Amino acid sequence: MVSALSVTVSLRDRVLEILSAVHDPEIPCISVVDLGIVRAVRDGAVVITPTYTGCPATIAIEASIRAALDRAGLADMKIETTLSPPWTTDWISEKGREELRIYGIAPPPRGAAKQSLREQAAKCPRCGSSSTEELSRFGSTPCKALHRCLSCREPFDLFKCH
Amino acid sequence: MSDKALFEYACRLGDDSLILGQRLSEWCGHAPMLEIDLSLANIGLDLIGQATHFLKLAGDVEGKGRDADALAFRRDVLDFRNCLLVEQPNGDFAQTIARQFLFSNWQELLFRDLTRSRNETIAAIAAKAVKEVAYHTRFADEWMVRLGDGTDESRGRIAAGLDWMWRFVDELFEVDAAIAPLIAAGIGADVRALRTEWDARVAKTLADATLELPKPRRATLGGRAGHHSEHLGHLLSEMQFLQRAYPGATW
Ligand SMILES: [Zn+2]
Repeated sequence: MVSALSVTVSLRDRVLEILSAVHDPEIPCISVVDLGIVRAVRDGAVVITPTYTGCPATIAIEASIRAALDRAGLADMKIETTLSPPWTTDWISEKGREELRIYGIAPPPRGAAKQSLREQAAKCPRCGSSSTEELSRFGSTPCKALHRCLSCREPFDLFKCH
Repeated sequence: MSDKALFEYACRLGDDSLILGQRLSEWCGHAPMLEIDLSLANIGLDLIGQATHFLKLAGDVEGKGRDADALAFRRDVLDFRNCLLVEQPNGDFAQTIARQFLFSNWQELLFRDLTRSRNETIAAIAAKAVKEVAYHTRFADEWMVRLGDGTDESRGRIAAGLDWMWRFVDELFEVDAAIAPLIAAGIGADVRALRTEWDARVAKTLADATLELPKPRRATLGGRAGHHSEHLGHLLSEMQFLQRAYPGATW
């Protein structure tokens, strides 16, 4: 993923630390690093990948990354985009999953990206119950579906398996 | 492989997605229920996202400095390469669903095939989008069943919508001289080979919906060569207005 020869460890760590403070505008609880869209830090470039094809936040995210790099004095660091391998929800870190849950969004189950459309009861992010139902497969943003908990009756967003 | 053929192919893929995405966006704020409004808008967004990737590829291959926006907003109607199905007006909700049903089932099979394209960019876009398109197919399939196996009113409307859209199906499986070399080179998908599976999928959902397969009719072709219905011009005049009136305007 990262060529240790072309990039000093300290620069890579520094860039990742900077990007850990850059958040998805539509899901502000999670950083772009934990969302898994930062693919590599190369000599002179950060490589990112889009989440959902139609995600309108893609441009905003890139602009936020640019601004963060500029502020840190890394204005000549380029941002490159790669589509391959495609992003899946498996790229979200464990920390990111927990942050989603605390925020009220049920994280996608691990490994589910391979069988993305298999019916699976989502776990309520509030009470943990698996007794839930889908209200709408398309939700407030392209990455979410709307569900309802049958135990505590709260509606919640599910981060779609992808 | 000539760049011209690849440019042509990337435009076809991108224009299908762009035009249907624009059509679906016309529903925003007008759908019969909030859930449907969200669904159609989200599907439209996915399609416009696909278009952005394919048209960027087209611009890169062409090498004349045109990006995805330039191709979407400053190309003339005769230069659009989308199939006729996607430019058909929304009509009522049933007609929109019939169009989506025929298209998404086709696009899912197409993208599944294109994940093996020898062009890395096309393969990457397809791999990314195919999972999203599976959601579109499921949405459309379910509404076909709900409307077909619903009331007399809904049944009549979906049958009429399907009957209208059916004449544009054959074009989806057409292979012409412009893209035959791409298929031979393993870059493009041979859509003819997808027909059997598509027919089986469509027949199954129509059976679930207690709807009859529409009668075969003479195919209406021409979109891939730039011969469009008058509907596309009206769609473009709205979609392209801002960039035509204020070239290069940014948000
Ligand atoms: Zn609950």
